[in-house]
Amino acid sequence: MSEFIQQVINGISLGSIYALIALGYTMVYGILRFINFAHSDIFMVGAFVGYYLTPTIVSICGGNLLLAGPIVMVLTMITCSVLGVTIERLAYRPLRSRPTLTVLITAIGVSFFLEYGGQLVFGPDPKPFPELISRVTLIDEGGVVVTSTPLIVVGTAVVLMLLLRWVVQSTKTGTAMRALSFNMQAARLMGINIDRVVAFTFVLGSSLAAAASLLYATVYPSINPLMGVFPGLKAFVAAVLGGIGNLAGAFLGGLIIGLTETFVTGYISSTYRDAIAFGILILILLFRPTGLLGKQETEKV
Amino acid sequence: MLLTPRLIGFLAVVGIALLVARFESQFNAYYFQIIIYIGINIILATSLNLVNGYAGQFSLGHAGFMAVGAYTSAVITSTMHLGSGVLSAVVFPFALAIGGLVAAICGILVGIPTLRLKGDYLAIMTLGFGEIIRVIIQNLGFVGGARGFTGIAKLTNFFWVFATVGLVVFMLSNLVRSTYGKGFLAVRDDEIAAEAMGINTTRYKVIAFVAGAFFAGLAGGLYAHFVTYINPSQFSFVKSIEMVVMVIIGGMGRNVGVIMAAIVLTILPEALRSIAQYRMVIYSLALVIIMIARPQGLFGDGRWGKRLWVAGRRISKRFSAG
Repeated sequence: MSEFIQQVINGISLGSIYALIALGYTMVYGILRFINFAHSDIFMVGAFVGYYLTPTIVSICGGNLLLAGPIVMVLTMITCSVLGVTIERLAYRPLRSRPTLTVLITAIGVSFFLEYGGQLVFGPDPKPFPELISRVTLIDEGGVVVTSTPLIVVGTAVVLMLLLRWVVQSTKTGTAMRALSFNMQAARLMGINIDRVVAFTFVLGSSLAAAASLLYATVYPSINPLMGVFPGLKAFVAAVLGGIGNLAGAFLGGLIIGLTETFVTGYISSTYRDAIAFGILILILLFRPTGLLGKQETEKV
Repeated sequence: MLLTPRLIGFLAVVGIALLVARFESQFNAYYFQIIIYIGINIILATSLNLVNGYAGQFSLGHAGFMAVGAYTSAVITSTMHLGSGVLSAVVFPFALAIGGLVAAICGILVGIPTLRLKGDYLAIMTLGFGEIIRVIIQNLGFVGGARGFTGIAKLTNFFWVFATVGLVVFMLSNLVRSTYGKGFLAVRDDEIAAEAMGINTTRYKVIAFVAGAFFAGLAGGLYAHFVTYINPSQFSFVKSIEMVVMVIIGGMGRNVGVIMAAIVLTILPEALRSIAQYRMVIYSLALVIIMIARPQGLFGDGRWGKRLWVAGRRISKRFSAG
């Protein structure tokens, strides 16, 4: 029983990280209808930004992690937003009216560019991620150990998701984003500046990925230039599972994937850990391609 | 039987392969290895071109089928303890063919559920299946699991590689000119319109996919019996991406361009060994730039081969008339 509770806690904490990444996939897909493969590598860059910033910021803050943590997070989010918007501007915007396949290949190209560019810039070997969130043991009873880390991870993720929900539902730009995802042409005719709203979408997605990367690196403190690949794929599966384009769905999907993965690793075998997400993806796409919370879309000629 | 230009080309390639194979021992081993890789890459790239280019179904799992072919044929030749005798020359092509067939069966199993999907979803599903195939091989004890499969007989030689290249290119170029080929193009250009015209789109997509998987399996078998040691990580999706890059740079749906790209992209990394760590960076940048600036590929419209042929015929006609 104690192991079960432990697994649930780990699963929810991992799942909320996947959910944060999934939101970036889902927003871009909702508006531009393509999988931003580079999203997982923006996540990776976020971890490296955190790696290089943390020692400096911590020493500026006099070793106060409660103060340094949020500062590092905000700075990382800004850096990743700039990266995300740059990628959109240089690689995706020139292709906006081209076939999906062209954009897809470009996205794969950008993703590989960041991964192998990262290997050149940061070096290919894994690096230990510095302590950014102090680990305090809260409960240690009957084999269940609850540290502060999963609480902070889940807490941060929930706060960011509520913030995102507020932005999308209640601000003017958020309304414009939703308009774009319904019908880009109509939105353009209503006087919405498409380029600006798309750029804003990339800012939101990339900063969530940045936040997720810091949380992920805190839970698994070893970072390398290819670290984004599998979390990215699983987060994408989470987005599809929940219903792509649907924010609540991304959250739900993230939790399901996170829990499934921890349970498979804990109770069956860790060698199948990375194949599980693909298995789930195949099942959803076969039986409910619109995802759990997705809307049925009819194909128009 | 009609002696079409394509059949003549195929026979010529096989003839040349036979001829060159006689002098195989005199080649510089390093150059010879590159030439073999060129042949294998041509098979992989043209077979992927059938799926991605002609049928328009973007697959990212081609390395998975290559792995299936490699492992299957390696298991066959290893259990039969083939040396370099006459027997192996008879059995080897059968082992290759069975490797291809098993890959094709995997292609059917993967293709039927996934090919109902489009674009991005198809890409990520094929990527997923490719990875699943790799994970399964990693967990199979009798082929060495993650440690790899050692001691495969070195049966691949110049003749087998280039005879297969000739055969594959011959079959593919006939296939794309057949009714099936027209079906592939129809599915690629407008699936809904093709469906409305009574084309069973799923069937055509699966056929292209399975044929592609079969040829990738052949290439895998040739590869396994050349390097004599294979392990699952050689067939990760980075390998698939390499093939995709060849198809994109050559121009999707243009076999001549894709063959050129396979040749150039096999030689280039060898020629640029000193900057090897930049290879993938350059590849990925090339993908992005080509997609933005020249999505039809680098090697023209792929018609220049035909133009050369037409011009050659005109000249020969003038000579025979004169």
